[in-house]
Amino acid sequence: MNKIVSLKNIVVGFDDEPVLNGLSLDIHDKEFVTFLGPSGCGKTTTLRVIGGFVQPKSGNVFFNGQDITNFPPYKREVNTVFQKYALFPHLNVYENVAFGLRLKKMDEREIRSRVSEMLEVVGLKGFERRSTTNLSGGQQQRVAIARGLVNHPKVLLLDEPLGALDLKLRKEMQLELKRLQQAMDITFIYVTHDQEEALTMSDTIVIMKDGNIQQIGGPIDIYNEPENAFVASFIGESNIIDGIMLRDFSVEFAGNAFTCVDKGFAHNELVQVVIRPEDIQVVPAIRGQLTGVVKDVIFKGVHYEMHVEQAGYEWIIHSTQASEPGELIGMCIGPDEIHIMRRSEG
Amino acid sequence: MKKTHLQALQKAYVCLLFSFLYVPIAVMIVFSFNESKSRTLFTGFTLKWYKSLLQNDMILDALALSLFVAFIAATVATVLGVMASIGISGMNKRLQGAINTVSYMPVVNPEIITGVSLMLLFVVYVNFAHWFNTSESIPAFLQILPENIFGIGTLLIAHITFCLPYVIFNVTPKLRQMDVRLYEAALDLGCNPKQAFFKVVLPEIMPAILSAFLISLTYSIDDFIISYFSCGTLQTLPIAIYSMTRKKVSPEINALSTVMFVVILAIILVTNYMEGRSYRKTREKS
Amino acid sequence: MIRKKSLSAPYLVWMVLFIAAPLAIVVYYALTDKSGNFTLENLMTIGRYSSVFARSLILAAIATVICLVLSFPVSYFLSRLRASKQKIMLMLVMLPMWMNFLLRTYAWMSLLENNGIINRLLGLIGLGPFQMINTSGAVVLGMVYNFLPYMILPLYTAMTKIDDSIIEAAQDLGAGTIKTLLRVLLPLSAPGIATGITMVFVPSVSTFIISRMLGGGANLLIGDLIELQFLGNSYNYNLGSAMSLVLMVIVLLCMSFTNGFDDEDMEGVV
Repeated sequence: MNKIVSLKNIVVGFDDEPVLNGLSLDIHDKEFVTFLGPSGCGKTTTLRVIGGFVQPKSGNVFFNGQDITNFPPYKREVNTVFQKYALFPHLNVYENVAFGLRLKKMDEREIRSRVSEMLEVVGLKGFERRSTTNLSGGQQQRVAIARGLVNHPKVLLLDEPLGALDLKLRKEMQLELKRLQQAMDITFIYVTHDQEEALTMSDTIVIMKDGNIQQIGGPIDIYNEPENAFVASFIGESNIIDGIMLRDFSVEFAGNAFTCVDKGFAHNELVQVVIRPEDIQVVPAIRGQLTGVVKDVIFKGVHYEMHVEQAGYEWIIHSTQASEPGELIGMCIGPDEIHIMRRSEG
Repeated sequence: MKKTHLQALQKAYVCLLFSFLYVPIAVMIVFSFNESKSRTLFTGFTLKWYKSLLQNDMILDALALSLFVAFIAATVATVLGVMASIGISGMNKRLQGAINTVSYMPVVNPEIITGVSLMLLFVVYVNFAHWFNTSESIPAFLQILPENIFGIGTLLIAHITFCLPYVIFNVTPKLRQMDVRLYEAALDLGCNPKQAFFKVVLPEIMPAILSAFLISLTYSIDDFIISYFSCGTLQTLPIAIYSMTRKKVSPEINALSTVMFVVILAIILVTNYMEGRSYRKTREKS
Repeated sequence: MIRKKSLSAPYLVWMVLFIAAPLAIVVYYALTDKSGNFTLENLMTIGRYSSVFARSLILAAIATVICLVLSFPVSYFLSRLRASKQKIMLMLVMLPMWMNFLLRTYAWMSLLENNGIINRLLGLIGLGPFQMINTSGAVVLGMVYNFLPYMILPLYTAMTKIDDSIIEAAQDLGAGTIKTLLRVLLPLSAPGIATGITMVFVPSVSTFIISRMLGGGANLLIGDLIELQFLGNSYNYNLGSAMSLVLMVIVLLCMSFTNGFDDEDMEGVV
């Protein structure tokens, strides 16, 4: 797959406050890529650099191999779906979608057929003459997407487009966006702070923090093999605990030696160990590799969430069976469930 | 029981206050139809004051001048003011604050101060022009500065000056409220900055521009004090009215008031009706 | 957004030439004599007119207080009406304002004259005639009549923001009518009161038309004095400028006093 967008050493600062510190990134064609991170991590800024709304202090933006760093937004073959949609209030649905085509001086018949085709794709057929101001959030969202896609961009940028919708609608739109991306067969670059959204939709997830990329990978890789504690804690809940790599395939933490599948660390290297709450097996106390006291149990619908104290550390365990608070339980962790990360600073 | 008493009291009070506001106007309207010149005794019905009003060249000329000045002043002030608002909104907060403070001056200051200060400026200019045109050290072909400037030019300058702040303070908040992303969306969809302005920003702030224009128009037509100090011998409608009130006799002034009241009432009713209709229309659509 | 600062250039030039420069010239004239030498003479001379200044301030203050007292209840009633009714009533408040104020003031002349309508009506029931025109009372009446809507509108605007539930909450917590008024209604409408006071006081203290038409020769105000120096018989620009300067200071003091309550409310009203 060829690279459609490449960022090289992008530096952006607002009022002397660094936002992106020499960020480099390649985005492959026809992928659904998500920038994921907490607010202020620079994900939206990165998107705006690609869209042309933010001029980097240094670094280059390449589009299909061409340097477009100094191109204004209207000369870039990308379109954006803005946060809160930014629909033009003085134009109706049809005119909003036709806006970009009109600027290309396209033939009126061609415009009409492309707009109605697009409105059909997003499920807004028959809404042409409606004012955008009396549409529901989900409908406005669809108009915004249609307005971008109708121009046949090579890349569609989406800046937290589902943020304003309620939970049920969000889930629906997530699937629909994925469907649209596959149907249009183009690249979507999607910004969100919602890890579940990222895991659901993406081919590739770019996790960011403080203007730096923490990890790039597919949803499964990122979930299972977080490269550092930040990624681990940001993607799902995790138990993160300090440990020592005794030798290849053996790690010590929580006062016990465990078999693991990692190798290539120095002898007695200090590491961090990530264990997902659902990967800990609850067993009778005498059979556990570790034993702890249940502090509380919370019913979460599909599972119970338990907090278990063991040697001063509080473990989070997800289990389909509840234990009693105060009960002494055993915990078992299989070699595949232990993820070793090099110790990150801070 | 007690509550209904209170409500009756409220109603009586509101009625009293409104009659205070409207009795003088009612009296003028009634006496505009009065046969005799008396301002206190109604002696019989006539329309002759309206007829003589229509033949009063002084008033008609003054009206024409007022409309002309108002239209030019409002147009210039709107164009300058909208440009200024756009430029100012791109500046940093400090500079914006400084400019706003000066811009507020004509709004905050009593009108007489604005009038007097502009008059002094014109006087200073006249003095300078006179010195310039008569000085021997300046070549004669340059000595063509106009000296008799009090008139339409000074009147327009004054009106534009006091209209400008209203334009700026109407348009700037609208620009500030406008979602920056609308402008970015236009760029994103292929507009260059100029197209984005005319296709998206301008339609978005148009209501504010329109109301700024209308406010300027009414302030200009209504202004007496500032015009009084800068008009020279010209007479705008309010100045003509002033000179009529000094003579204290002509009932034409009552007729004029009545006409103006009816015109204003009609304008207000029509705009209200239109607003109501467009409001209903948008509601029906949804 | 559109970073074209240069677009404001024409206005900035206009602003400097026709707003800033004229005010600077007023200050210059106020501090110089006829031949252009620095002097404080003009400002000193104003002392001779202190009675006029005092009269202006007192009459304007009385008019402002009357406006406030008259407006407060009516604004409150308006703000509690149904929305459709509110609109109509508001229109009725504003309508007289749209008439040229010279005409409105002229109307009062014919009402207040010695053989005017009011005296005639009083005569029918055996009273009067009273001397009403050319008194300071008539001047105050003219101010109140002309500027009353300027008080009602900002008060009304402030009061529409007070939700019914807030007043009900006050009553629920045991506040009687008076206490609700003093502890809840008054503080919450303070921004409107502040704006209203400025909008009535400033034109009242600087008027010269109302005093001339309704006050006769005997009730000169600051505005009359200034007008006399520029267009009247006195012709003394320097003295007139000094008076204008003092008037500006008075207005600024008044504004800074009321601005203490609130400074964002002007936008909505202007």
